[in-house]
Amino acid sequence: MTGRDAIFATIKKSLRVAGDDRARREIVAARLEKHPRGIIPARGQKPKAERTELFRQMVEHAKASIVMLDSKDDVPAAVAAYLRSKNLPQSIRHGDDERLSLIPWAKERTLEVTKGASDGAQLASVSYSFAGVAESGTLVMLSGADNPTTLNFLPDHHLVVVDERDIAGDYETIWDRLRERFGANAMPRVVNWISGPSRSGDIEQTHLLGAHGPRSLHVLVVRNS
Amino acid sequence: MTQAVNSPYFNANARKALDDAFLQKALARSEKGFIERRKAAVEKLPEYDALRDSARDLKDHILAHLDLYLEAYEKNVIASGGHVHWAATAEEANEIILGICKRLNAKTVAKGKSMISEETGLNAYLETNGIRPVETDLGEYIIQLRGETPSHLIAPALHVTKEQIEADFRRAHVELPPERNLDEPTSLLAEARAMLRDKFLAAEVGITGANFLIAETGSSVIVTNEGNGDLTQTLAKAHIVISSIEKVVPTREDAATFLRLLARTASGMDLSVYTTFSTGARRETDPDGPLEYHVVLLDNGRSNMLGGKFQEMLRCIRCGACMNHCPVFHAVGGHAYGWVYPGPMGAVLTPSLVGVEQGGQLPNASTFCGRCEEVCPVRIPLPKLMRNWREREFERHLQPAAVRYGLGLWAAFAKRPALYRAATSLAMRTLRLFGGKGRLRQLPLASGWTRYRDFPAPQGETFQSQWKKRGTAR
Repeated sequence: MTGRDAIFATIKKSLRVAGDDRARREIVAARLEKHPRGIIPARGQKPKAERTELFRQMVEHAKASIVMLDSKDDVPAAVAAYLRSKNLPQSIRHGDDERLSLIPWAKERTLEVTKGASDGAQLASVSYSFAGVAESGTLVMLSGADNPTTLNFLPDHHLVVVDERDIAGDYETIWDRLRERFGANAMPRVVNWISGPSRSGDIEQTHLLGAHGPRSLHVLVVRNS
Repeated sequence: MTQAVNSPYFNANARKALDDAFLQKALARSEKGFIERRKAAVEKLPEYDALRDSARDLKDHILAHLDLYLEAYEKNVIASGGHVHWAATAEEANEIILGICKRLNAKTVAKGKSMISEETGLNAYLETNGIRPVETDLGEYIIQLRGETPSHLIAPALHVTKEQIEADFRRAHVELPPERNLDEPTSLLAEARAMLRDKFLAAEVGITGANFLIAETGSSVIVTNEGNGDLTQTLAKAHIVISSIEKVVPTREDAATFLRLLARTASGMDLSVYTTFSTGARRETDPDGPLEYHVVLLDNGRSNMLGGKFQEMLRCIRCGACMNHCPVFHAVGGHAYGWVYPGPMGAVLTPSLVGVEQGGQLPNASTFCGRCEEVCPVRIPLPKLMRNWREREFERHLQPAAVRYGLGLWAAFAKRPALYRAATSLAMRTLRLFGGKGRLRQLPLASGWTRYRDFPAPQGETFQSQWKKRGTAR
């Protein structure tokens, strides 16, 4: 008997599953197909302006920084200002996301922009977020060439652009959007929920920023995209 | 090879722990933080208790249909290009993982935090077979340098002080200048970050655990604050997830329910910094990510717990709140429990997984104060389950003679109310005579108690006589 057979045999024996388990199968199939929502906190269920404000507060609560921008054209100056404020070289790396390519980076003459995944040599990266979640100030990142996962974790500073209209109140809205984009049961290779910069509490339970991932996270919300 | 069981020696372990000045210092520091942070986070979420009820019901539903959700999960992992390996025992899990590592000629394996790999003793097994496992969670890295096991579910190095970490780093990182300053915790963190960066990039295989497995999509979920799990699984050629069968949840919505509870209860955060849903290996157009994705699902006795007296224990989502609120854990720490899982959840789970003969001591390590059940996010009745074990231990004559005779003696009194009342009020008068209105520092036949703490001298009448008076007054 293989490990698999042994495990399933014991589970069925312990649960006393007799021959005909059609009723059980129907219950399981229905839950998987209908994916009913659980309890959703009222906290995030707000009209757009208040939702954005909650997102801003929660992002800061998670120890990230955040700026609100009127349009995509303001992104280069905001990125350059952030890099200056942290005494970083004017250099960023981003992926193939079309929305990033449409940003007028050339407006910042000294800003060097390279494209591709990270090999650990970059100090700052820029990603475009699939969505934000106001409930917990969370960014939702999808893997792929548009926004390579390594850009989320290897550089010291992660800058993330998110469109205000993509900020949802809760996680459930995000799941529905992913179903719409990828199909009922499919997911991108990785979905990263990011809430603040990397930290560790492993030395005497004191939270210190900058463990293995980015030491700081900077969020740029674009109001009119 | 599995993690050796040291639980039968709980009493001796506890005595050692109480005499360990470093440990006592570390425990005293951690107690308040966990409790206060959880409380603050819970107070900010009015739906918290309703979420707990629904999480409890959801887990019961999953466990009643576990075979079917596992089938669906397996199907969707395969459909998204991953591989599922089933391991009935810890040995099987280790062999499967070694097989993958050998096929890929792996010399170094980066590891995210995984209690299941502690259960199987994976690190020792890989080392014996010439593969070097490197723990990447800071706490796990520290205890790996010290040759220790985790003493807490989410804070594995809870028992270590800053000064001890500094000494460990100086001993292990000999390539760094000895005169460097490591006074501040931030310098310790920076040093660990730098040392581990190269390990992440060098490792051929990355192994992580999983907090949840989603049947609907075949995804595995990890939560970390450091980002170590993500680097572990993103930079290696192959990502191996080692998890156990009860971690499966039906849908992404169901995962959201548990995620809303997990971090709040564990550390007082709304969410951990990184919650990562992984589905299969690198896709055709992906510029990064692992080329292979494997899931090793361990049973190790869990399927036997279904349908029985201890099924409720399988609801556990490993937040650590029960130990954070446990007076016994606060006094002796996690290592005294002698196996992988400490605190109240460990006291119930250990005998289930290693047998009551070896783990039966642990359910006795409880004052039955009930705080663990009060804070459990999936409402596991931990005191009741510990009592079940005590009964079983008693039935099987596994307790020491002194305990059995003591219980018999107590029962003889308890069954005769008049005698019981007379004896307790006599005992109380005697104790008051010795201790006055203060505390007793020494007590004949009870040095096991008074060696570590004073015994409060009785302050008035017995509970029964007070109760009787109150009844008459009403």
